[in-house]
Amino acid sequence: MRPNLILHVVAKFVIPLIILFALYVQFHGDFGPGGGFQAGVIFSVALILYALVFGLEPAEKIIPSNWLHKLAALGVVIYAGVGVASLLLGGNYLDYTFLGSNQVAGQHLGILLVELGVGITVASVMLILFFAFAGRARK
Amino acid sequence: MIDIVINVTLLAFLAITAVAALRLTNLFAIVMLFGIFSLLSAGLFVVMDAPDVAFTEAAVGAGISTVLMLATLALVKRPQKPYYAEAPRTHTPWLPLIVVIITGSALVYGTWDIPGFGAPGAPAQTHVARDYIDNALQETGVPNVVTAVLASYRGFDTLGEVVVVYTAGVAVLLLIGGRRSKAAARTKDKEKPDEA
Repeated sequence: MRPNLILHVVAKFVIPLIILFALYVQFHGDFGPGGGFQAGVIFSVALILYALVFGLEPAEKIIPSNWLHKLAALGVVIYAGVGVASLLLGGNYLDYTFLGSNQVAGQHLGILLVELGVGITVASVMLILFFAFAGRARK
Repeated sequence: MIDIVINVTLLAFLAITAVAALRLTNLFAIVMLFGIFSLLSAGLFVVMDAPDVAFTEAAVGAGISTVLMLATLALVKRPQKPYYAEAPRTHTPWLPLIVVIITGSALVYGTWDIPGFGAPGAPAQTHVARDYIDNALQETGVPNVVTAVLASYRGFDTLGEVVVVYTAGVAVLLLIGGRRSKAAARTKDKEKPDEA
């Protein structure tokens, strides 16, 4: 690929900001707009931008695709696991009240964990989709 | 007043973008128009005070989908020629036109009974939404009601959505993701020996 200096410099400047914004949207979703879905997409966009500017191989070195497969499953496991945990602690499935010392603390912890699971799954599935399509074009 | 101006402008641009996407034959330009369409929709959602939805539409519709469609375009690698120029005309345009006009006027007639946007007496406002707005902060301690509904009250629903996303990823991996098996690659190379 022909190196493009302006794209490289701008991407290197923008990618950390995108990742920071994704983390903000992820963990600030309780208070402002956003949540796991949006944060996952934004996080994956940072890596897709890296792949578009610097090429597919360097991007796949950052997160190998077999890791992505496991992460996509891990997010679903976290979400469903919160439900099982609340079941074991004496509540209904996905009733977060029993996760904490009181109702508000339990709900807060449950929502945070569930959103984390959503974010991990969405981010890794988006990257899986992109790498699948873009990797196919390379062959 | 300013809301009406913004709404009319955004909706006019939406209509123009949709018609342009229909009329164009260059797939690259159409993908770009889809991205613009999503961005305009996100603007409309912001005007309607739904920043969470606008956020999703801008990130997914205008961002990721455009990139994925461009990747698909790079995969197929040929400009789509309009196929309808060669297709024989088997029908007159009058019957479809009449059907569309009747259906459209029925739909417009149906909107007359819909309560106005944000009307306090609308069923959407009086049923369960009021309960969420009144109690979500005390019950969950989360100021953003959308997050409280999405992750706590409707936790089952969101679990299903996450499983759907995961299933989509698995399906794409099964269809085009993994390595091509050697037998399949060989037969494909045998079929088209001149294509490298």
